Amino acid sequence: MKTKIENWLENKTFHHSQFWDLLKLVEQKEKKGLKISLCIPTLNEEKTIGKEIVIFKSELVNRYPLIDEIAVIDSGSTDKTLEVAASFGADTYLAEDILPEVGHKKGKGENLWKAIYQLKGDIIVYVDADIANIHPRFVYGLVGPLLYEDEIKYVKAFYDRPLAFSHGVRPSGGGRVTEILVRPLFSMFLPELSAIIQPLSGEYAVRRDVLEKIAFPIGYGVETSHILDVYKQWGMNAFAQTDLDQRVHRNQATIALGKMSFGILQSFLTRLEQFDMIKDMAELQTIYRHFEAQDSEYRIIEKEIQEEERPPMITIPAYRDKFH
Amino acid sequence: MATLNPILSKLDEFKEQVALNKEILLANLVMAGEIPAETFKEQNRRTFMLDRFRECGLDKISTDEVDNAYAILPGNTDRNILVSAHMDTLFSNSVDHTVRVEQDVVTGAGIADNSLGVAVVTSLPTLLEAMGIRFQSNILLMGASRSLGRGNLQGITFFLENFSSPIEAGIFVEGVDLGRVSYNSLGMLRGEVIIRSKISHSGSGMTGGSIESLSELISKLQTIPIPSKPKTQITLGSCHAGKSFNKPADEARLRFEVTSEEVGMVSWIYNQIQEIIQEIESESGLNIWLEEIARRQPGGIGFSHPLTAVARNTISNLRVTPIVKPSMGELSALIDKSIPGLTLGITKSAPHDANKEAVYIEPMYSGIAQLVAVLMSIDEGICNENKD
Repeated sequence: MKTKIENWLENKTFHHSQFWDLLKLVEQKEKKGLKISLCIPTLNEEKTIGKEIVIFKSELVNRYPLIDEIAVIDSGSTDKTLEVAASFGADTYLAEDILPEVGHKKGKGENLWKAIYQLKGDIIVYVDADIANIHPRFVYGLVGPLLYEDEIKYVKAFYDRPLAFSHGVRPSGGGRVTEILVRPLFSMFLPELSAIIQPLSGEYAVRRDVLEKIAFPIGYGVETSHILDVYKQWGMNAFAQTDLDQRVHRNQATIALGKMSFGILQSFLTRLEQFDMIKDMAELQTIYRHFEAQDSEYRIIEKEIQEEERPPMITIPAYRDKFH
Repeated sequence: MATLNPILSKLDEFKEQVALNKEILLANLVMAGEIPAETFKEQNRRTFMLDRFRECGLDKISTDEVDNAYAILPGNTDRNILVSAHMDTLFSNSVDHTVRVEQDVVTGAGIADNSLGVAVVTSLPTLLEAMGIRFQSNILLMGASRSLGRGNLQGITFFLENFSSPIEAGIFVEGVDLGRVSYNSLGMLRGEVIIRSKISHSGSGMTGGSIESLSELISKLQTIPIPSKPKTQITLGSCHAGKSFNKPADEARLRFEVTSEEVGMVSWIYNQIQEIIQEIESESGLNIWLEEIARRQPGGIGFSHPLTAVARNTISNLRVTPIVKPSMGELSALIDKSIPGLTLGITKSAPHDANKEAVYIEPMYSGIAQLVAVLMSIDEGICNENKD
């Protein structure tokens, strides 16, 4: 008898090649009467954004009208990110210009949250802007499960294409932060969620009626808290994951991963407390410390990392006026 | 009788249409450009072209023993016009082929020669549809394999030897440079000399092994009398010898090219080179091999041929200066079969780092407008030499 995790892995794990027939996907989208928006959050991505827009516009708007809008939502780039994106036909927005009455916070989660108000799609696909090997599969692979299974609400990308393997068993998983922080936490507190192979991947597609009801940490914790909140409200079968083969991107330094882990832990522990899974938790500190050494001298570097959160979009009056 | 002026008057409209559909062209450029395609290893790029042709619903999509890619954009007559781009590039498959798209420039390994040509041929059916253009002639779209270096035009040669219907004219698409019109081919020969020795170093003085003989060969090549008219040239393209600091080179290689506008001159120079090599071989006792890598016959359709004139007029009307220069590429194979043909460039090169190529985006619109206008002119019979 299979466990719940095994069942989920078997039934809700896809490969992008299952959705290669874009004509069929477009037919299915039209049959369901859905609109799909692509959101690319950016901050100084002039080197890679042009290629992403060109590929998505040509393949998924012009050739096969799978997506109805391509939007770049920017945190205040100082390079030509927005200029380049606009020149290839993307709609471009500064996050601070969207819903100005709620103010502006700096962070990728802010862009993702404001996209829910700005974009019109019933499904929003989020794709990071730093993918060197961009391909239409990064969108259709994520949209496919949502178009074919009403039960699925949130589709995560994972990447599993090792450079060399021997057709036998091989370890499969996420990046460093996933494997040494997030998956151990999931395994400890919410074991079913450990079946999501790359919970931190920046590529996912979600139905609007889910996005509008979940809170958005504006920093590092956004992906983790999404998973916890969706799991709590809709259960494991609301998730699916799609193998997109390979993603070529910049690698982060270990120090940067430390800051990221600090932010994720904040979101995770806060959620556990909200879910009554831990009690009497001490107040969480918001200063992350690491060290620098010069000769025999060591210096503490302190950085404040506070995972501020945006509330569910549906609580914002302007949003309710626009969409409900 | 059809004339060129009505076609020329549409050039700006063609450019606008291409600009409106630029994502189609650029996406094909990115996707083709990111598929490595060194000579003899173009199979993945061929598959890409075939898939694209299939998506466009073209006829007779096929490949062959030498990995060419073909499709037909059908007309309503039995006339055939060939539009071809060579698929192979000078970049090894091990090089990073990531393409970068900026606001006005696309950069990547092999992007100019000839990923852009491949992208144009691949995009042509979609662009023509967007422009509302249908030809009476069948347009044979081809990705030609094994064109460069040791490939020696195997792809286009195989096609011309095995395609059973007559071809009215052929256009070869090269990424750069916009304004290029090649209507003739120089006589050309490419060869490689390999010198091998078994010299061991002892005693004092200098010893270079096969490098010494290579040096002697190069000195003697310089004594071959070369006429300045008709234009003739010997180019020493690359040489390589030895492996270390302290051992005389046991092998040396020299790659060269001889070109000439005069029939028979290339063969005469080649005979001179053979004699020099025999002389060095007999004096030194070394083993020297001379391998002929590629040979082309001089020929072409001439400057005043209606096809050349149409291309020059079209380019001038796009406010671009025509660059008339001979080709040593696929056009030579067409010339050998006495089929009228041209090589046209699509855009301008942009500054780039070593190991990359870069092309400007905006001139591509003119480059494709030019191609469409020339195809229309051929289709309407304006380029026939005996149209009167």
